[in-house]
Amino acid sequence: MLILTSASIKKIYGKIMNLKKALENINIQADWIGLREVKESTTYRIIRDLNPESNNTVLDHGIMVEVLVNGQFGYFATNNMSYDAINQAAKNAYTQALNASKYSLYPFTKSVRPKSVGKYQSPYQKKNIPLDELMETLINSNKVLRGSKKIVSAISMARIVDMEMNFISTNGSEFSQNFMYVGPGFRAIAQDGNIVQSRSYTDQCMQAGMEVFEQERVLSKCETICKDAVELLSADECPTEKMDLVLHSDQMLLQIHESIGHALEVDRILGDERNYAGWSFVNLEDFGKLKYGSDIMNITFDPTIPEEFASYGFDDSGLKATKEFIIKDGVLLRGLGGLESQERSNIDGVANFRACSWNRAPIDRMANLNLEPGDSSFDEIISSVEKGIYMQTNRSWSIDDFRNKFQFGCEYAQLIENGQITKTVKNPNYRAVSTPFWNSLKMVGNQDTFDVYGTPYCGKGEPNQGVRVGHASPTCLFNNIEIFGGA
Amino acid sequence: MDQYFNQLNKFLFSLLTKDEILNNSMWGENSQFIRINNSKIRQTGIVKDLSYSMQLIANKKQVSYSSTITGILDTDQSTLKSILNKLRLDITQVPEDPFIVYPQTTNCSEEKHKGELIPFEDSIKMLMPVMQGTDLTGLWASGLIYTGVANSLGQTHWFETETFSLDYSLITKNQKMVKDCFAGTHWNQKEYENYITSSKKKLNLMEKDAIKIDPGKYKTYIAPAGVSDIIDMFSWGGMSEASLQQKDSALLKMRNENVKLSPCFTLEEDFSSGMVPRFNSQGEIAPENLPLIMKGTLKNTLVSTRTEKEYGIKTNYASEGESLRSPRVGLGNLQEDQILKTINNGVYLSNLHYLNWSDRLGGRITGMTRYACFYVENGDIVAPIENMRFDDTIYNIFGDELNSVTSFEQLIPDVGTYDGRNFGGNYCPGILLNNFSLTL
Ligand SMILES: [Zn+2]
Repeated sequence: MLILTSASIKKIYGKIMNLKKALENINIQADWIGLREVKESTTYRIIRDLNPESNNTVLDHGIMVEVLVNGQFGYFATNNMSYDAINQAAKNAYTQALNASKYSLYPFTKSVRPKSVGKYQSPYQKKNIPLDELMETLINSNKVLRGSKKIVSAISMARIVDMEMNFISTNGSEFSQNFMYVGPGFRAIAQDGNIVQSRSYTDQCMQAGMEVFEQERVLSKCETICKDAVELLSADECPTEKMDLVLHSDQMLLQIHESIGHALEVDRILGDERNYAGWSFVNLEDFGKLKYGSDIMNITFDPTIPEEFASYGFDDSGLKATKEFIIKDGVLLRGLGGLESQERSNIDGVANFRACSWNRAPIDRMANLNLEPGDSSFDEIISSVEKGIYMQTNRSWSIDDFRNKFQFGCEYAQLIENGQITKTVKNPNYRAVSTPFWNSLKMVGNQDTFDVYGTPYCGKGEPNQGVRVGHASPTCLFNNIEIFGGA
Repeated sequence: MDQYFNQLNKFLFSLLTKDEILNNSMWGENSQFIRINNSKIRQTGIVKDLSYSMQLIANKKQVSYSSTITGILDTDQSTLKSILNKLRLDITQVPEDPFIVYPQTTNCSEEKHKGELIPFEDSIKMLMPVMQGTDLTGLWASGLIYTGVANSLGQTHWFETETFSLDYSLITKNQKMVKDCFAGTHWNQKEYENYITSSKKKLNLMEKDAIKIDPGKYKTYIAPAGVSDIIDMFSWGGMSEASLQQKDSALLKMRNENVKLSPCFTLEEDFSSGMVPRFNSQGEIAPENLPLIMKGTLKNTLVSTRTEKEYGIKTNYASEGESLRSPRVGLGNLQEDQILKTINNGVYLSNLHYLNWSDRLGGRITGMTRYACFYVENGDIVAPIENMRFDDTIYNIFGDELNSVTSFEQLIPDVGTYDGRNFGGNYCPGILLNNFSLTL
C-alpha cells in the first residue's frame, strides 16, 4: 500500500500548520487578508514497451498570503509556512499592494472575497490499491496494447493526484476542499512501411479513485486501441470536401473548450490576456443578445456533476459554485467571470476565479463547461446524414487569439453515406469559424450519448497557469463543414 | 543557496547503504510578477519557491520523488529523510528498469550569473510612468532562479541567474497590436525607456484599417519571433531520438526516406551564450555546440543516455525529454532593408500563435498569424491584415519553399512561467518563403 494518501502527506510534513493561528499572528493593517494553502501530490507510473519509464511523485505545498490595501490586491506566495514567515509574507504583500495602488486597474473592495464556510470532497470508491497490483495491471495493459506485430510503441500510464486546499480570511471565510483525480492513459503507435498511425484513450480526466484501474475494464479498452491503430494503417486518407460532421463527446470536449469556453472568459473580454492567451470576439454588449449557436444549443457552467474534473464547492475567492446557464436556446446569457470580473464588467458570472496552485493568483477559468443533452439517439443522428463523417478523439487543436478561426484534427473517423457508417478514414481534420459553426449545430444527442471528459492542461494567465477543466457533452451533428485529410 | 543544497545532499548521502545511489536536484526562484492591463496594474506579487528532488537507484530499479521544501534545515532534513524511507519501500514493488542511467563521478561545475536588478519595491515606480498614455498589456517578471544537480558518487553542478523581462503588447484603439519584450540581466533605465518609445513608433504602422486577404499561397516573410515558434515545434515530436525510434516524430521522413530540407536551413544547439545550464537532470554536460540540421541535412538528433541504453545510439547528453535547450538557427544573406523589396507582393508576418501539428508524421503545422502582420505590394507595406490561419509543412517552410534567411538574428527570450520561470531563449533569423499556405 504505497500510493500516497493525504494522511501520509501530513506525516511527511509533521505537525499540521494551523491556518487560523497563522492569520491571527499577522501584524499588518490591511483591509482584508486571506491565506490559501495548497498541498498537491501527483504520482506518475508509466510503463512503455513493457519497461518502467517513470515512478515519480511530485509534492507541491505552499501558501499564498493575499492582502487588500487601497483597493489593490497584492500577494506573497511562500514555501516556508512558519508563522513568522507568513507574517513576513503578509508585510511584503502589503508593500506590493500599496505601491501598486497608485496604478490600480480597478479599485476593489472585500465584497469580491465573500465569506464562505464549508467542505468539499471528491467522490471515489477506492483510495488505494497495492502498488504491485497497479504495476501488474499497467504491464498487462501494455501487453494488450502491443497485441499486433504492427504496434511499434505502446504506453500505459497511471496519473494519481491527491489535492487538499484550505482557505481562511479576515472576513470569516474558512473552508477546505479535498480532491482525488486518478486517471489512466493508454496509447499505441502502429507502423506499416512509411505509414504510421496511433490511437489513444486520453484518460477521461474525472474525479475518481483507484477503481478506474479495474483490470478487466482497462484491458478491454487497450484491446480496442490496438485494433483501431492497426485498422488505421490500411484506411484511406480522409477526403477533402464540405460535408456533415458528427463529433463524439471526446472531441466535443475540445470544441466546447476552445470555441466557447475561452471566448466567454470575462477577463479575456476585459483584455487581461491580450499579451498571452488572447482577446475574444465576444464584447460586453453581446451578453443577452448574441445568437451564439442554433436553437438547440444549451451550455451550462456546471460544478454539480460530482465526477466531473472541475467540480468543486467554492472557487478561490470563496464564492460558492452553482450551476448556471451560459447559453440558452442558442443565445448568450452569462459570462465566465468570477466576482472581480463581475464587478469590472457588470455582467452576470459564475464561481470560476481559480488558481492552479499556491504560487499563482486566481483568474477566470472555465472549470466545467457542458453542452446539455438533446433528444436525438445516436442512430437517429447517423441515419439523418446523407454524406458526412463521424470523428473521435482529438489529436490536434489550434484557434486564433480572438477565438474565431479554429482547426481540429482527430485520431479516428468513419464516413457516413446515406444514413450508414461505411468505412474508416485516417488523418481527419476540420476547420471553421466559431459562431457560424455553432449555428450549424443540427442535432444534439440524448442522455445515452452524453459523456464526461476533461483535461488537466488548460493553459492561460501571466504568470502562466495550467488548470483542470471538465467538459461533458452528447454526440452532436454539424451541417456542411470543411473537412480534409493529412499532409 | 548552493551551500544549502550541499548541506542537504551531505545529510542524505550519509544515510545511504552501499547498494544505494541517490541523484538529487534542487530548483528555486524568488520572483516578482506584475501583471499589467492598459498600462495599469491588474495583479502583483512575489513568489518564493524551492523544491528538492531525489532519484533513488538500487537493485536495478529506480524511483523518484520531488517535494517543496521550506529552506529551514532541520525541517527539510526530516522531510527528506521520510521521503527517502518511503522511496526505499516503493522501490521493492516496481519492476526492474533495464535502461537506468547511472550517475557519473566526473565534471563538477558552478555558474553564478549575478545581475543588476531593480529592487522589488522600486519596480512599479521605474516601470509604469513611461507607458502611460498608451495601452500596454503584459507581464513583468524579475528575480533570481537557480538549479543544481548532485549525486552520491560525488558530482555536483550549480547554475543560478538573475534576470528580468517585461513581455508586452501595445494595442491600438481598433484592436491592432505589436509585441515586444524588454529582457536582460542588468537594468538600465534609459535603455528601457528608449525601448518602449521605439515600440510605440511601431504601433503607428498599425493605425491603418486592416484588410482581409483570401486564403491561398502567398510569398511570405516570417520574422524571428515567428520562426522561434516554429523551432519550438522541433521539441515536440521532432528532434528527439526516442520519438524517432517510437515512430512519433515529424522528422521520420528525413531519417527513413532521406528527405532533405533547404541548403539555406541550419539548426544547432549552442550553449555558448551561457543563458541556460549545460548540465541535465542526470548531471551530464552537453557539448557546447551540437549541429542538428546542417544545410538541410539531418546530422544529429537529441539523444539522452537513457535512449542510448534502449536503442544503442550514442548519447549527446540531451535532457530527459530530448527537447531543444539552447537552439540557434543559422544566418543567411537577406539584409533587413531588402526584406520588403524581396517579398515584392505577399505578406509580412511578425508573430505566429497557437501552433500545433496538424499531421505530425507529414511534418504539417497549423497555427495563426498574430500581431504586426502586413500585406505588401510592389515592395511596400499596404496595410495590416486580419489574422489568418496557416497550415503547411516544415518540409515546405524550411525546405522546398525557403527562399532566403536573414543576415541578422534576434534572441527570443523564453518568458514561459508554467511551474516556474524558464531560462534561456532561441536565437533565430527571419525567413522568406516563396509560398506559404494560408487556409482560413
Ligand atoms: Zn484552455
